[in-house]
This record gives sequence, structure tokens and C-alpha cells, in this order.
Amino acid sequence: MSTTGGMFAVLKEKVGQVLVPGDEFCFGAEETISLSESAKPERAVCGPGLRRSGDRLVVMKSGVLRHKPPLTFWIDSQQKRYVATKGETVIGIVTARAGDTFRVDFGGSELASLSYLAFEGATKRNRPNVQVGDLVFAQFLIANKDMEPELVCIDGSGRANGMGAFGAGGLLIKVSLGLVRRLLAPNSDIRLDLEQLFPCELVVGMNGRVWVRASSVQQTLIVANLLQSCDTMTTQQRQQLFRRVQQGAL
Amino acid sequence: MAAGKQRRAQTVPELPRPQHLLRGLRLTAGPPQPEIHTMKETPLSACERDFILKAIEEKKRLDGRQTYDYRKIKISFGTDYGCCFVDLGQTRVMAQVSCELVAPKESRPNEGIMFFNIELSPLASPAFEQGRQSELSVKLNRQLERCLRNSKCIDTESLCVVSGEKVWQIRVDVHMLNNDGNLMDASSIAAIAALCHFRRPDVAVQGEEVTVYSPEERDPIPLSIYHMPISVSFSFFQQGTYLLVDPCEREERVMDGLLMIAMNKHREICSIQSSGGIMLLKEQVMRCSKIASVKVSEITELISKALMNDKTARKAGGRCGFAESMPQERITALKVDETPVETADVTEKASGIIKEAEAPPPTAPSPVVPVPGVGQVGLGLQNTWGVEEEEELEEFSSGDDVEEVTKMEEDERKNTKDDVVEILDSEEEEVVILHPEKPQKAENVKSSFHQKGAPSSKKKTKQKP
Repeated sequence: MSTTGGMFAVLKEKVGQVLVPGDEFCFGAEETISLSESAKPERAVCGPGLRRSGDRLVVMKSGVLRHKPPLTFWIDSQQKRYVATKGETVIGIVTARAGDTFRVDFGGSELASLSYLAFEGATKRNRPNVQVGDLVFAQFLIANKDMEPELVCIDGSGRANGMGAFGAGGLLIKVSLGLVRRLLAPNSDIRLDLEQLFPCELVVGMNGRVWVRASSVQQTLIVANLLQSCDTMTTQQRQQLFRRVQQGAL
Repeated sequence: MAAGKQRRAQTVPELPRPQHLLRGLRLTAGPPQPEIHTMKETPLSACERDFILKAIEEKKRLDGRQTYDYRKIKISFGTDYGCCFVDLGQTRVMAQVSCELVAPKESRPNEGIMFFNIELSPLASPAFEQGRQSELSVKLNRQLERCLRNSKCIDTESLCVVSGEKVWQIRVDVHMLNNDGNLMDASSIAAIAALCHFRRPDVAVQGEEVTVYSPEERDPIPLSIYHMPISVSFSFFQQGTYLLVDPCEREERVMDGLLMIAMNKHREICSIQSSGGIMLLKEQVMRCSKIASVKVSEITELISKALMNDKTARKAGGRCGFAESMPQERITALKVDETPVETADVTEKASGIIKEAEAPPPTAPSPVVPVPGVGQVGLGLQNTWGVEEEEELEEFSSGDDVEEVTKMEEDERKNTKDDVVEILDSEEEEVVILHPEKPQKAENVKSSFHQKGAPSSKKKTKQKP
């Protein structure tokens, strides 16, 4: 979307504020294009929660406006129901085998398909060792509202890159999408706090599913319960909780 | 070739398909199943199942409970008599009791009728389908009936009004609001608490006449309940080796079998039911019944306390009911405390606001009476009754703002003078034609159409940030 510099100023002003659906950033006729500025228009990148409608930028979800320099704006919102999006990595549960594909449940409205050949080193003769009931960490190849979603366990160059079937010995829990994004953020507070507790293995799927494994059953249960309860806590409350667990460490 | 494949692969007769589809027929067992687009619950993965079983072997439960621990039970009552909500951890159930006068059964002419109904709606879990009688629903209904009806916990003879003709039918409807395991226990607690809470209308029989008093005329009377049967559920794992009381939803999906014991606090067993086909030893069943008696006495005390609290709240006239039982300090609760408002300088502020505000739209007092016997309602531009203006002026000057009156007068005067046109020859009939507004009366147009103009002006102010 091409705009003038004025729009950015208004958007940047609102970064960090709570916006609700229906809020508009309306520009165009009121802004005068300065002849002294460079003729090249700047493009703002609308992320999730923002939508362009004519010459207006409309907010679609309620949440906090975030900004990533230089040009990206999006709304940070909270929900539990996952909608499949291309390129996102999710944890799926294999429910059935249908011909050459697996039917995988990822928590969406329909089952996704995962082909036998979409694993690293798989050929027609060399089938992957995946059974019904296994967990798979895969990414979406096709994910839109008109077609059946399709998952793959390899990236563009044919390598697994961490994806594939997994799961022995851990526990799968369901959390909200906001927590998952916070866990996957580059400098995540929650991950740092968890590291202080005890060593554990985490697989985080963008569909709200987290797989946890620690050295003992008790520790796994502790981490799982902590993650589920620290969803709606503020930073202080969460750090207090983690400290209490550390002191009463079992 | 393709037909040969078809004969070998299929075991169940299928509708004939066109030839080109048969080539793609897969050699899997049975015909391909159509995708049913109902809400299915999330399948349980193999690793979850293994983990839960391993944890149970180490005597650990998912939420940190001990083997014989119940989840937190919370009982609350609604504003109506006979409405009860029970929270068993995250499992949530509502029971509602109602009554009706009906003809009794032929075989039992002097006993009332009890009717139980459990509703499993998709509200509770995506696995439940609306309208369909699933296996679980039939099982729960049967268990609740055996627990409450066969144990004769309610004196049905006291429900008789006229023997052979009119008896009370007490109907208990239990609705599942959220399924997190152990629906049976929650339903039984809710049903018996609701029955204890319920009050039926008072009835007087005088000879042939039966009078049913409404709650305002005479206080409704409670049902006569002999004892409170409560069901306790035990889940078994690894062919009966491990036992858990009050399984949550994930534990229920992994269990081998379920034992349900319904008991009252006098240690009388009302009903025992075992499902899942597991083999239980005598000692196991005896141990379970001992555990059940302890749990039942705790739960019965909880119910009595809840009933007592509700009774005192109602007597004291305090607010009772579901809304009061909701916790207020939660992030999802929408309650705002009463905030004190400073009212010392209200009058000055109000007059200041009035001065700054725009003039209110001139509305005619409705209905306007220009002449006795004639009424005018709404913003009339022109008076078509052909009455004199002077009389209108007299009527207007009483009681209203002078501003409004003068504007209206200007309206009337201008309109009547310019717009009245006689087009017929007849003197007796006066035909008046209404012309559209003339542009020089711009301000009057604005004033009379002020109502329509208001939203657009509001829009403009909003857009200025």
C-alpha cells in the first residue's frame, strides 16, 4: 500500500496501544503530497489484523498494535482457535492412512493431508516409519479457505530441518496462540525463565500445541502445568511462580 | 483388469461405479469411508496415552492429585427453586427440576411420577452431537435413573393429589455445560441437590375441588426426600492393576474400565455398575465401596452446607442465584466496582455545558392544538386546515422556549402566505398544495431537518483526530 509520510506518523503514534475492530487510519484527500520530498512513495506492510480497504487501513482484530522497523505493522491479538496459514510449522496427530497420504489433525476445521514422499529421504520403496497416533512436526504447503490443507515435513531444498515424526516419552498440551508466539519470539522471557528451572525439551507448534519432555515424569508434569497456567499472568506473577517452583523443587 | 481388481478387493457390495474410477480403487480393507463433516474431538496421540499410563504407574496424575482425591466441587443454586450448578474441576453441569400435574400410571394410581433426562449437547464437547442418542447418553440416563429412582430416595406417595386422577410429575433435566471427565458424578450431585432445593406449589383438596396455590398465595413446599444417593466413579487401568477416583477427560480416554458405585451417607449402596468389561476381584470392589462411603459423606456434607447457605441468603433477602456465585476478581469477569462520583459542582458544570452546546432542535410540542378540536402532531410545515394564524400564536406562547416559538411562527407565516394556491373555482372547497421548500428559507430547512443532519455532523467530528 503506497502512502505518504503522514500515515506513518499516525501509525507509529499508536504503536503499543490497544485498538479495536473498526478503527481506521484514513488518509488520502487530507494529506498533501509535498513536492520537496522524494517522489517514491513508501509502502507499509500490513500484517495480521490489519487490512487495506481502498485508501484506508482498517483494524480487523482487537489487540495491541506492534511495529517492526522499517515498514511492518500488525495487531497482536489473542485467540485459541487456529486457522491454517501457509508456511507455519505445526504439531499434527496422524489419524489415518489413506492411500499414499496420511490424514493429519492439526486442530483446524478439516484434516490435512501429508504425503508419504514429503519426508527426508523417502522414496516409493523407502516408506517413512510413521504410524497412526504419532505426532508429526510439519509445515503448511497449502493452506487457504478453498482447498484442503496440505502439510510437508521437508523444506524447499528437501531437508528435514527439524521436522518429522517424534513423540516418545513426552506430553502434549494445548495452550493459546498468544503463548505460543511468545515462546517462539527471538528473545523470549518465558523461555529464559524455563531454562532456569530444569533441562527440558520443547516442541512448539503454531497451532497452540506444545510437546514437553523432561528427565522425569514429575518434571514433565511440572513444566506442562506451568506453561498452561502462565498464559494469563503478568511477567511478575510468572516470575514469582517460577521462583516458588524452583525453591520447592522436587 | 480393473474389474478383476474390484472383485478381489471388495468384501462389501458397493454401488456400481464408472470404469475410470475403478482404476484408482485402493486395496485397503473395506470400502472408502466418506468424510463426515461433524465436529470431532481431537484424537488422542500415542505418546499422550503412553505418558498418562506411565505417570499412573508412578502414582502421578496430570493435575497433581492423589489417587483417591476428588477435584474441587462447587455447588451453586439459581434464583428459581430447583436450579443447581455443579462444578467438578472443569466439568460443569446444570440440573433443573420442574413439576406438572398429570394423570398417574395405571399400575400405580397413588404415586407420583419421576422423570429424568440428561442432555449431552455440543456445548460440552465437540464429540457430542446434537439430537443424536449416543451410547454415552443412553448409559448416563440409565445410570441416573437407577441411582435416583430405584433407590426410592423421594417419597412418591406424597406427590399424589387425587388418587387415580392427578399426581405430580417431577421432571429433572440435567444439561452438560462442559465435559472434563466424570459426567456421571457431577450429574448425580447436581440432580440430588436440585431435588433438595426444589419447592412445589401447595395443593388443597376439598372434596371434589383441587386448588393449586401459586407461590405468591402460599409458600411452596419442598419434596420429601429420604436420603441422598451420590455416585462415585472409579477408573481402572492396566487390566485392573491401578485405580483412580474421579477421572478427568484424558484419563477417561485411556482407561480400561469404569466402576460406578452410588451410595448414601448411611452407607447403603443404591446402585453398582461396571462398564468396560474388566475383571474385578472381590477385594477390589470392597475397597472401592469403602472409599466411596468416605467420599459420599464428604460430598453430602458439602451439599447440605450449600443448601443451608442458599436458605440463609434467601431469608436474609440478600441477592442469591447464579450471578452472585461468579468470582469477581478474574480477568474474564465483567464487573466494575461502584465508583464515587463528585457531585458538588454539578449545577455550574451543567449550565456551562448548556451554554456551550448547540441550540436544541426546535421540536413542536406534540400534539399541537391550534384550535380546540384540531390536533397537529409532528413537524408540520403547513397547516392545511385553513385556520387563522392569530389563534395559533396564542396557543404557542404558553410554556415553550421563546426561540422555538418564534422559529415556528416564521415557518408558518412564510409557508401559508406563499404556498396556498387555489386551483378550483368552487369557493367552498379550499385546496391547498404543498410546495417543496424554497432555498431562501435555508435556515428553517436546517432547523426542521436538524434531526437528520445530526448524525452526519457527528461523523465529521469523529474523523478529526
